[in-house]
Amino acid sequence: MPKSEAALTIRLPARIDWWQGAIMMSLIAILVAFILYPVLRVLWVSLSDEKGDLTLIHFVNFFRRPLFREAFVNTLLSGLLVVFFGSLMAVPLAYCSARYEFRGKILLQTLATLPLVIPPFVGAVALQLILGRSGMVNLLLMRYFDVSFPFMEGLSGVVLVQTLHYFPFIMLNTAVSLANIDPSLEEMAQNMGCHGWRLFRRITLPLMLPGFMAGSLLTFIRVIDDLGTPLMLNYKILLAPQAYLRITTVGIDDVDGYAICVVLVVFSLLSLYAARKYLSLADYATAHRGVVVLKPIRGIRRAFVLGFIGIVLGLSLLPHIGIFLLSFSKIWSFSVLPTSYTLDNYTEILFRAPHFVKNTLLYTLLAAGLDVLMGAAIAFLLLRSRLPGRNFLDAIATLPLAIPGVVLAVGYLRVFHGWDFPGAGGPLTSHWMILVIAYTMRRLPYTVRACYAALQQVHLSLEESAQNLGANRMKTFLKITLPLITGGVVAGGLIAFVTSCVELSATIMLVPKVEMGPISYGIYVYMQSALGRGAGAALGVVAILLVSAGTYLTHRVFGGRAGSAFRI
Amino acid sequence: MMKAAQVRLENVGKRYGKQWVLRQVHLQIEQGEFYTFLGPSGCGKTTLLRTIAGFIAPDEGTVYLDGTPVNHVPPWRRDVGMVFQNYALWPHMSVYENVAFGLRERKVTRAEIDRRVMQALEQVDLKGTEGRRPSQLSGGQQQRVALARTLVIQPRVLLLDEPLSNLDAKLRAEMRLELLKLQREVGITTIYVTHDQEEALALSTRIAVMESGRIVQEGSPREIYEEPGDRFVAEFVGKSNLFLGTITRAADALIEVRTDNGLQIRAAFSVGSARAQQGETVLLNVRPEAVELKPPDAGTSEMNQLSGRVTALAYQGSSVEYEIEVRGRALKAHIVHPKGTPLFQPGDEVHLVFAPQNVGLLHHGL
Repeated sequence: MPKSEAALTIRLPARIDWWQGAIMMSLIAILVAFILYPVLRVLWVSLSDEKGDLTLIHFVNFFRRPLFREAFVNTLLSGLLVVFFGSLMAVPLAYCSARYEFRGKILLQTLATLPLVIPPFVGAVALQLILGRSGMVNLLLMRYFDVSFPFMEGLSGVVLVQTLHYFPFIMLNTAVSLANIDPSLEEMAQNMGCHGWRLFRRITLPLMLPGFMAGSLLTFIRVIDDLGTPLMLNYKILLAPQAYLRITTVGIDDVDGYAICVVLVVFSLLSLYAARKYLSLADYATAHRGVVVLKPIRGIRRAFVLGFIGIVLGLSLLPHIGIFLLSFSKIWSFSVLPTSYTLDNYTEILFRAPHFVKNTLLYTLLAAGLDVLMGAAIAFLLLRSRLPGRNFLDAIATLPLAIPGVVLAVGYLRVFHGWDFPGAGGPLTSHWMILVIAYTMRRLPYTVRACYAALQQVHLSLEESAQNLGANRMKTFLKITLPLITGGVVAGGLIAFVTSCVELSATIMLVPKVEMGPISYGIYVYMQSALGRGAGAALGVVAILLVSAGTYLTHRVFGGRAGSAFRI
Repeated sequence: MMKAAQVRLENVGKRYGKQWVLRQVHLQIEQGEFYTFLGPSGCGKTTLLRTIAGFIAPDEGTVYLDGTPVNHVPPWRRDVGMVFQNYALWPHMSVYENVAFGLRERKVTRAEIDRRVMQALEQVDLKGTEGRRPSQLSGGQQQRVALARTLVIQPRVLLLDEPLSNLDAKLRAEMRLELLKLQREVGITTIYVTHDQEEALALSTRIAVMESGRIVQEGSPREIYEEPGDRFVAEFVGKSNLFLGTITRAADALIEVRTDNGLQIRAAFSVGSARAQQGETVLLNVRPEAVELKPPDAGTSEMNQLSGRVTALAYQGSSVEYEIEVRGRALKAHIVHPKGTPLFQPGDEVHLVFAPQNVGLLHHGL
């Protein structure tokens, strides 16, 4: 009798673990096949010679080529410049948002989301029209003052576009860090005789640094990952465009392209690692007590703050205005405003070539759905199981944050090209599913994090008390856990949807045929010819609307925590 | 020796919107005093402390430090040291840097900083931890760093905002004694905020009991406990048995009260108010530890005897807490039983016996 009882108590959990184990194994298999293995293949190509021996010769060659050296320096420089100029806008705004209360503060929230709804490569085209050599501003300057400024030439154009797009990342992260500083830490310093600028330098600044650094590093990762902006501005001396050009023009076997990819991954991985490091430092500073009372500001100081917000808001609205005008223009060339207006561009993309919009909806909704399923399963395994290998699962599910789209695309081309994938009726790279897979894998970290955060909020005791009252595991999950995490899971899915809508750096390399391209690809194709720019802009407006709708829904579902999509 | 300041508040009031959180606060705290604001959460005691520290500007009235009005002096020039409830240790600085912070702000020389920081850490028994981060210390150690950090600048006044509330019970009792010794040693004027009446009674030279933004009673710990001014103070500080009744006879330093549930209680006249007149409605207070319990058959000469029935008891080690039903009301009695003597059990008939001297007379301001 006692023997069988003992056997029962051991077998019961063992059987459940077996199920979890099966799910875990399949998840790991998928992630290894579509994330880890392609990246490792890229790494291996760059590290081996023709005979298959380990070598560093490709990296030596990389640094011997002046073009690559220049691209390397430019990439670092563009990242640093975007962070620098972005901080000049973001830090004061973050401080106002976290510390002050004033009429018109709603503008700040607008500022935090507005730039993010327009994809940077769309913004690039619009800014060309406004700030470019023969754009609105320079034409006006020429007419009245006979001067012009090369805002959009070369690297400075790329940096300008990216700064206007990415500064909210720094702003949101810094504001959160600032808001989390326990007010008594600053009051204590005042009590000790410290105030004003000294107080900021000795207490506030060091305490907000983790959030600021995390935001900056995240921006840095995005900037070096951004392939669309330099391509649109036709500036190619950066690493991502170089990798793209090598692979698409020289060929899939060009080793230099792989070496560039590895350099990109190393940059991103280091930044991601540093960002995590900084954020773990932030944890201890955020023990919170009481409510932070926002300081009201009025009069001249308020006018000053609103003026600054207005300037930044105006600058970040330029791309939106430009793209909107362009989408309704028949001809807009060497003139301050379009010379004639039309609805043809919308007819073109909605009726003559509707596949771009349809494809985007199909791909991104599929990808978001897959992300939600996998994200929820991974989060559950990480938090609620005791299986070995959870850390490995966590690591490869996070990895895509540090894998630039170009690199993943090159890996896919390398791995899935030239052999028939079972069920695809040909190589996977000829099937539109490759885009869905790329989107799913690239955005998986968002849903994993959203589900993880949501599930973490559900204290184990909530589930245990349901079981204690007689609900089995299934019922507990359906009646207790699921309702409590739905918000987080949906928000994670929406974020995956929104960011996939405007994905270009992997898309541009992976689209098998033009008819299979999504909106981002369509924009890129249209923008190649002067006549297609209007239609491209119309697609851009559709992308903005999709992203805005998704962002709005995310805010509705997630509330104040919607910004977490843009943090690490 | 520390510079100890006198603190005076005149008619201080503070409101948020239409809600007054402090009203007509008058008080004077002498040099070297250990003065406590005692009250339930939300009574305004922390607001009052923060007003003295300068973090809150009063909407009316004046705060004086050593006779000088300081309403418009910012926190960083007040030279009053504050210890926050959550300690507010800066996580990005070591223990040494935390303690040295205030001295650096005061442009003290490097060697002098070093000497005084080490001395302060020694004073709170934390030598050897100077290189550590606050997060590497235990709660009690963090508390002492916070104290050292404030004391090292030798402020004119020490403000303590529930400094012991985050510690566990045993540590709290130890720190209470430490704090008391330290304060008496350095002789600094200290203002202490707490909702814990035991803490207030044990530490203070004087206590101000606060309710809804007002000071309802001020006095020494013994005055507050033994002669509570009203129902709120009687119930908030210590435990009480309260009886509402009418004076039926007032004579010979003794009054007789008939309570609303028909009990006869005699109170010594000198204890409570001097204005006891026949026919007046009064509130009587008998502390549970002033009550004795007797079996019904035991004779007694005591003037106050109420018969009742034990409904519950809680053994506390040093004493036993009884609940006794007397004419439909639950009364409390704390009884010390000598070792080995039997306890009363629920259902037992008992007599509550207490001397008229132990009956407090409260104003009937209900």
